[in-house]
Amino acid sequence: MGKAAKRKKKVSMPSAAKGPVKSAMAVVKSNPFEVKVNRQKFDILGRKTKNDVGLPGVSRSKAIKKRNQTLLKEYKEREKTNVFKDKRFGEYNTKISPEEKMIRRFTLERQQNYGKKNIYNLNEDEELTHYGQSLAEIEKLNDIVDSDSDTEERGTLSAELTAAHFGGGGGLLRKKVSSEQQAEEEEKPKSRKELIEEMIAKSKQEKQERQTRRESALELTEKLDKDWKEIQTLIARKTPKSERKDKEVEKPKPDEYDMIVRELGFEMKAKPSERLKTEEELAKEEQARLQKLEADRLRRMHGIDEEANKKRPSHMSADDLADGFILDKDDRHLLSYKDGKINIENEEEKEEEEGEEDDEGEGEEEDNENEEESQEESASEDEEDGAADSHSDLESDLESEEEAAGNKEEKKHKANENEPENVEKLDPKREAAKSELPYTFTVPESYETFKSLLAGRTIEQQLIILERIQKCNHPSLAVGNKAKLEKLFGFLLEYIGELATLDLPELRTIDKLVLPLYNLCQMFPEAASDSIKFILRDAAHDLGEIIEVKGRATFPGLDTLVYLKIVSLLFPTSDFWHPVVTPAFVYMSQLLTKCRITTLQDVIKGLFVCCLFVEYVSLSRRFAPELINFLLGVLHISLPKSQAQGYTVVHPFTQVGKNLELLLVCDEEDLKSWEKQNVPLSIVTRLKETSRTEINHTRLSCLALCFDLIKKCAALYESLPSFHEIMHPVKILLTQHVPVNEYPEKLQEWYHSALKELENKVKHYTPLICEKKKPVPLKQYTPKIVKVLEFGKKQAGSKKEQERKQLIQRHKRELKGAIREIRKDNQYLARMQLSETMERDSARKRKVKELLGSLATQEGEWKAMKRKKWKN
Amino acid sequence: TSRPAELAACLEAVLGNRSSANRVFELLEPLAVREPEHIVSAARACSRLFGALLERRELFVGPLPEQDAYSAQDKYRIWMRHRYRDCVGCLGELMGHDSFQVKELALCTLMKFVELEAQYPLIKIEWKGTLTFPCDLLKVVVDGLLPSKEDASLLISRFQEYMEYDDVRYFVMKAVTASIAQVMQKTKERPLPFYQQNVFSLISPINMPNKESEMVKFMVKQDNREELKLSKLQAHRHVFERMWLTFLKHKLPTSLYKKVLVILHDSVLPYMNEPTLMMDFLTVAYGIGGAISLLALNGLFILIHQHNLEYPDFYKKLYNLLDPSIYHVKYRGRFFHLTDLFLSSSHLPAYLVAAFIKRLSRLALTAPPEALLMIIPFICNLFRRHPACRVLVHRPGGPADMSEDPYVMEEEEPSESRALESSLWEIQSLQNHYYPDVAKAAAVLNQSLSEMEDDISGLLELSAYELFDKEVKKKAVDVPLEFEPVRGLFGKKNDIFAEHFSLD
Repeated sequence: MGKAAKRKKKVSMPSAAKGPVKSAMAVVKSNPFEVKVNRQKFDILGRKTKNDVGLPGVSRSKAIKKRNQTLLKEYKEREKTNVFKDKRFGEYNTKISPEEKMIRRFTLERQQNYGKKNIYNLNEDEELTHYGQSLAEIEKLNDIVDSDSDTEERGTLSAELTAAHFGGGGGLLRKKVSSEQQAEEEEKPKSRKELIEEMIAKSKQEKQERQTRRESALELTEKLDKDWKEIQTLIARKTPKSERKDKEVEKPKPDEYDMIVRELGFEMKAKPSERLKTEEELAKEEQARLQKLEADRLRRMHGIDEEANKKRPSHMSADDLADGFILDKDDRHLLSYKDGKINIENEEEKEEEEGEEDDEGEGEEEDNENEEESQEESASEDEEDGAADSHSDLESDLESEEEAAGNKEEKKHKANENEPENVEKLDPKREAAKSELPYTFTVPESYETFKSLLAGRTIEQQLIILERIQKCNHPSLAVGNKAKLEKLFGFLLEYIGELATLDLPELRTIDKLVLPLYNLCQMFPEAASDSIKFILRDAAHDLGEIIEVKGRATFPGLDTLVYLKIVSLLFPTSDFWHPVVTPAFVYMSQLLTKCRITTLQDVIKGLFVCCLFVEYVSLSRRFAPELINFLLGVLHISLPKSQAQGYTVVHPFTQVGKNLELLLVCDEEDLKSWEKQNVPLSIVTRLKETSRTEINHTRLSCLALCFDLIKKCAALYESLPSFHEIMHPVKILLTQHVPVNEYPEKLQEWYHSALKELENKVKHYTPLICEKKKPVPLKQYTPKIVKVLEFGKKQAGSKKEQERKQLIQRHKRELKGAIREIRKDNQYLARMQLSETMERDSARKRKVKELLGSLATQEGEWKAMKRKKWKN
Repeated sequence: TSRPAELAACLEAVLGNRSSANRVFELLEPLAVREPEHIVSAARACSRLFGALLERRELFVGPLPEQDAYSAQDKYRIWMRHRYRDCVGCLGELMGHDSFQVKELALCTLMKFVELEAQYPLIKIEWKGTLTFPCDLLKVVVDGLLPSKEDASLLISRFQEYMEYDDVRYFVMKAVTASIAQVMQKTKERPLPFYQQNVFSLISPINMPNKESEMVKFMVKQDNREELKLSKLQAHRHVFERMWLTFLKHKLPTSLYKKVLVILHDSVLPYMNEPTLMMDFLTVAYGIGGAISLLALNGLFILIHQHNLEYPDFYKKLYNLLDPSIYHVKYRGRFFHLTDLFLSSSHLPAYLVAAFIKRLSRLALTAPPEALLMIIPFICNLFRRHPACRVLVHRPGGPADMSEDPYVMEEEEPSESRALESSLWEIQSLQNHYYPDVAKAAAVLNQSLSEMEDDISGLLELSAYELFDKEVKKKAVDVPLEFEPVRGLFGKKNDIFAEHFSLD
């Protein structure tokens, strides 16, 4: 059977093309003697097996053939050391396309031939020279040349021409003739004359062309040189305007190359400054910037998809109103700078886009706000201008400094450079004040040194000191400065706290000190937030401890209240979540619910916290139940003790019991003489010193504040669906219990405006409807389909485990296969060696036989001769 | 010579020789003086003297006879027994002394006498079951522990170690019952804050045994105690029950009321033979209103749940308990735990649950964030248990515009409150809460709820400080900053502070 197969194969093998092989395979397959069937023990429906039918003969012959080609060759060349190397370029590189390969080969060939080119070859691109002069030039000059002279032969006639003329067949062979020409020649044998003429014409034409090309190139280079010189002068002179004009005039349609050159020139050396912007432009830019920041703030405020936020490292919260518009680019306020100036143009573009898109969502509100903002902006500016007191100069200076801080570090850096100039410009008064101060400061290492630095200085001097500390130790100047300035923020906070806890709190100083605080905060947001959080944590911890021990707590000192106010100045309070503001919220809520109200100071402090609450939520309009509760309680304690019905006050106020009537004023005269005045904050530390009338006036002021807060709350929360339920108790108290008629007129005004705000809200309820949920697909009883990786193997285990098992299995199989292959190789080799030895042996035997035969014949002959002799 | 040395010599003499028995007055006299140190040394000497006499059985046993027709031996013993009674009387008075040291010593001395007397009884054993425990002496101690003019909690806490003994506890309970009856009868329904406070601090820590086998610690080892009532848990429980009922029969001050209610379900009701006897007390307490009602709920729940108490209009009362203060009181966690239990029945009518939901969420408009974080999942759970109430958050075909919320907050009857016609606008308002977690929790009601109930047990006792801590510890990747430059402390535009406060 095997023999038959081999024979068959041998028959089929010679026709090596693919088609016949396939047909041969088909023949083999149909031959029952060739086929070996692997019998299955159990038939399983649907199972496909690769190896149920085998063709041993075919596969064996395949293997032998392969070995013949590889192993046998190796075996035969086992003692040979010389190797054949194919150095054809890119022969085995499949990445290069055949065209490219050809081109590359061609260039290589040209390069190889570059050095040993024939000087007579006219097709060469190079210009020939003689003693540094162009041969062409010489040719032009020496028009008349002796036909005999060598120069003509050498210089003007092409090699082909010479060859043609003088029949230099060898020369022709040596020459490089372009393949086209060759082809033409081969194609159509021309007469000799024709050929020569053609060649002459061609070479002349080529020459002409070369000439023109060279000339044009020369012209271009000259032009380029000229341009470059111009630019160079421009760079040296730094006159941007003229340069711009030149550009416009000279280059109506600039060349690409030129443009690149110019750009490179600008980038390297020039620093053209843009023209100063007009006031309007500046205002516009500022407004645009504010708009952008406002949009950004709104996004954070809504904070609906914080998840998205988590994915991204930068802070970004979505203000998308579920309208499919995604603001996912990080457009935080990071002004870019170009050539030392704010680069606003492209941002403006962005903003316009954004603005448009925003308009779709909440256009009106946005617009209104922006308008308001701009109005207010201008208004406030006016105010500042108007307020020309003795410090006006200083203030404006401060402001500019502040702006600089707002515009971040680069600008600061610049300011730093310009410092001496600034100093000169300052008014004499300030200069005098400053004459005592040194110009450079190191950042104090401890709070004590910091305090001693500021001790005994006026507010202005303190500010200057702080400013100089910041400038002298700008983070860009030295490595450790950042950490130092971060510490400075903590010191400043501590200092402010200390000022606020004095018997006579120096609030005016604090008022000014928040400016450097703000600047530092803008520079180091993380450090600033950490130190404020630290302070808040301390305060909350104290409060928590007192509550745990006594069950109730007292309001903290003025310093904590000032800190809470500072939080609202430094951080945006409208964010959905903010690392500093949210804890501050929780703390304030604790203050309003846990702290006991026993004195008028407590009431004032509580109202201060209420103001903070209103301020914190003024933009986001978030609902704070504690705030309403507290205001209700404050109103409650302003009433005479009675069995008040219709509302309930909650902790810390009580319906009945102690500490009622804290805000009740009965004195007729005091009521009459009251004028609305701002409550001085220092009152919380020194109320005892004031007279009874003053206390009564303060009470009335508190009441006015309370009315105002109620009005503000009503305005803030009117959009809440249960606004009326929230305000219900306050309304009842205002309408039914408050003795309006006894109040002074001014207070009545406050009262009526609050009540009006409460009452003119429409009651409007719409039933709630859940968001539609995705339809859950019906359960279907189709079988669960599991991917079967290998039959007969356990499917248990996790995916990873399965994969591992699979890999092990595969490795085992491969190993077995490899061993089998090696064994077969060895067998093959052994067979080869055996056949070799057999061959050798048989050859030797043959030779021995031959020798023996010849010897025998010799012997025979010799014996025959002997016998002959004997016979003879 | 120093005073203690004198006393010691005297003590030696009295114990050594009966002829110098009269010197016992030298020992008794200093008990009546003012100086605490004299009293202390005298009390110590007395304790040693009578201790020795009791051990030697040199005191007359049985009731003291009137006439002295006895032998000299008996006469001496009777005389000595009188002195002993005097001493006990003095010590009983000393328990009301100003100095705590004296009080404590008097207490300890008396308790030593109790122990010795129980061992060497002064009561004649007429038949085998005669009770030999010195109840009268213990009564003196208990009276001393329960003064009606001052707070004796320190002394009472000193006394607690004796309450470990099962027999002492038993007789103390009896004595307390008698004392309450005696004292309160005089006052005629007027509360005696100190006395009741003292009684409470004496009886509230009583640790009743759960099983009879646990009762092994007795002060006096008695052979026949198996037959005595003393060893029966039933009897102990009976005494315990009697004591509490007597105590609670009288009007209590409010603070004490709360304290009693706080421990009632845990350390009183389980040890009573008939917990239903507490029904009256609890019903009255539940009717009082406010925090007391909230606290009574717990005991009432046990009675309803385990003792088949049928309470008419229970849910109506529970509904009326809900007022704004429930989110602010100390017992918030406890109350909502119970409310959750009461509302966990799936057989409640939808209108009732809806009324509860509506009222709780209406009140949530005044709640602090820590309570809101608890109540919103609570309401979600109610929705899960009672799908019929979901119209409150999902009313697709309802009237488009309403000018009033149909729910009537003031209505006391849940069925009349029209809660099912309303919607949960309150929770919708809370979606605008300043605290992000509350806003997120409230936003859950916008979507259809998941099947699983939220676990609110961890949220019940949430405190504001925990919230703060959680917020402060959150790590922020980035800190957004205010972009509007500052112009001063009150320098914001439209700054509300600038209008009302000045920096002076």
